Amino acid sequence: MSTQASRSAARVMLSPAVISLLIWMIVPLVLTLWFSFQRYNLMYPERAGFVGFYNYTTFVASPDFIQAIVNTLLLVLGVLAITVIGGILLALLIDQPIWGQGYVRILVIAPFFIMPPVAALVWKNMFMNPTNGLFAEAFKALGLQPFDFLGVAPLISIIIIVAWQWLPFATLILLTALQSLSSEELEAAEMDGAPAHKRFWFIILPHLSRAITVVILIQTIFLLGVLVEILVTTNGGPGTASTTLTFLVYKQSILNSDVGKAAAGGVVAVILANIVAVFLMRAIGKNLDA
Amino acid sequence: MARAVTTRRKTLTTVAAWGIALLIFFPILWMILTSFKSEETAVLSPPVWFWFDWTTENYATVMERANYFRFFMNSVIIAVGSTALGLVIAIPAAWSMAFVPGAKTKDLLMWMLSTKMMPGVAVLVPIYLIFIKLKLLDTHFGLIVVIMLINLPIIVWMLYTYFKEIPGEILEAARMDGATLRSEILYVLLPMAVPGIASTVLLNIILAWNEAFWTITLTTVNAAPLTKFISSFSSPQGLFYAKLSAASTMAIAPILIMGWFSQKQLVRGLTFGAVK
Repeated sequence: MSTQASRSAARVMLSPAVISLLIWMIVPLVLTLWFSFQRYNLMYPERAGFVGFYNYTTFVASPDFIQAIVNTLLLVLGVLAITVIGGILLALLIDQPIWGQGYVRILVIAPFFIMPPVAALVWKNMFMNPTNGLFAEAFKALGLQPFDFLGVAPLISIIIIVAWQWLPFATLILLTALQSLSSEELEAAEMDGAPAHKRFWFIILPHLSRAITVVILIQTIFLLGVLVEILVTTNGGPGTASTTLTFLVYKQSILNSDVGKAAAGGVVAVILANIVAVFLMRAIGKNLDA
Repeated sequence: MARAVTTRRKTLTTVAAWGIALLIFFPILWMILTSFKSEETAVLSPPVWFWFDWTTENYATVMERANYFRFFMNSVIIAVGSTALGLVIAIPAAWSMAFVPGAKTKDLLMWMLSTKMMPGVAVLVPIYLIFIKLKLLDTHFGLIVVIMLINLPIIVWMLYTYFKEIPGEILEAARMDGATLRSEILYVLLPMAVPGIASTVLLNIILAWNEAFWTITLTTVNAAPLTKFISSFSSPQGLFYAKLSAASTMAIAPILIMGWFSQKQLVRGLTFGAVK
C-alpha cells in the first residue's frame, strides 16, 4: 500500500518526531563540545576564550577522575552482579508452582515504581542511619556496635540501594523470558535423567541468554547515569569515596560552576555511554528482523 | 502433561518465595507503617511494628503545608502533559513506520533509541543555559517538553510494535472507501490500538512521574514536582521520619497502583520488544 502519496504523507508524519529528537540530540551535544574547549566558569565570566584540550587534561589528570572511574565501574558491576544473579534465582523461584504467585510478583516488582529520591531517603534514614535506623537496631539487638553504612562504606551502601531498585526489573524480564520456555523440553530432559543443575546449565540458561544480555545492557545505560541516589545519600562523599563519573561532572557544573571542565567530563561520559550503546543496539537490532 | 508436584514441595517453595518477596517489599512496608506513627514513636528503640497508636496526623500535616498540593499537581501536570504531547508526536510517526515502512525504517528506529542513551549530565549545562535564555527554567512547559523528549523514543517504539500487529488491509479498506488520512488514523487505527496505546500511556506516566534528574535540576519552586519536594528532605532538621514517610507514601501510591496494573505490558516497553 506504499503509493507515492502515502510515502510523502509518511514523511510528513514522521518529521515532528525526527526533527524534535534531532534538535534535542544535536544542539546540546554541539554546545557541550564547544564549551569543552573553552575557558568558561560562571563565577569568572571575564576569563573566557579557547583553551584547546586544557579542560580535558585537567579533568582527566585530577586524582578525582581515577577514583570516579573506579567507583563508576564498581557501582555498575556490583549492581549488575546482584541484580542479574539475584534476578535469575528469583525468577526461577517465582516460576515454580506456588500459591499466590500473582501477589508474589506484585510485591517483588514494587521497588521499581518507587521514585529515586524516596528510595534513597527511606534507605538512608530508616535503615542505614547509625543512630536509629533499623540496621542499627538489629546490630544493637545482637549486641554489636551499630555500623555507619553511608559513612564507612558509602559506595557499598549505594550499591545496595540501587540494586534494590533494579532487582525487580531484572526479575520481571527474566521471568517473562523463562515463561516462554516450553515445558516439554524440560520434561524430556528430566525423563532422560538430566539432574536439575544440568537442566539449568544446558537448557534454561541458554534460553535466558538474550534476556540476560538485554537486562545487562539496559541497566548499564541507566546505572552509568545514577545521580539522585548519590546526591541525597552521601553527596559523593565522604571525600570522594562515592563520587562516580556522573556525579563528578555534576559537581563541576552545578557546585563549581566550571562549565568548561564539566563539558569535557560530559564528553568523556558520552563516549563511555556510547561504547555500551553500540552493544545494546546490536542486541536489540538483531531481534528487529525476527 | 502437567508435572506432578508434591504438596510438600509446593509448600516449601511457596514459603521461600513469599519470604523473599516480603523481604524485598519490606522497605516500602516499613515506610507505610512509619507514616502512621507519631514522630516520637517512629524513632523508638527498639522499634515498634504494628502495635502502636495509629495516627493520620502526618498526612494531615503534610497536606496542610500549602505547597504539598502544588508539588503533587506539578507532578500530575508534567506526567500527563508530557505523555499527551508525546502521543501527538509519536502516533503519526509510529503509523508511518508500521504501515509505510521504507528501507531506512529500522535505522530510524535504532537512531531514535540511541538518543535515549545520551547521559543527561553531559548536556545539563547547555540545556540549563538554553532554558535561561528562553525563560523556560522552572516552567511547566519547559519540563513537559524535556520529559516528553527523553521518553519519546520509548513511546514511538512501543506504538510501533503494537501498530505492526494490526493488519494493514483494514486501513487500506478504509482508504478505498474514501477516508482521509486523518480519519483513517483517528477512526480506524486508534480504536483498534486502544489496548496498546493504554499500556504505552501507563508506562510513560510512570516514567515521567519518577523522572528525577531533569525535574530536580531544571526546577526551583513554580514547576517543581514531587521528586524535588522529597529530595528537599535530604538535609534533615529535627524529627521528621513520620512526615517524610507520609509525604513519600502519597508520592508513590498512584504510581505503584498503576504499575501493578501494567506489569505485563511493561516488559515489552522496557526492553524495546526484545523480550516478549
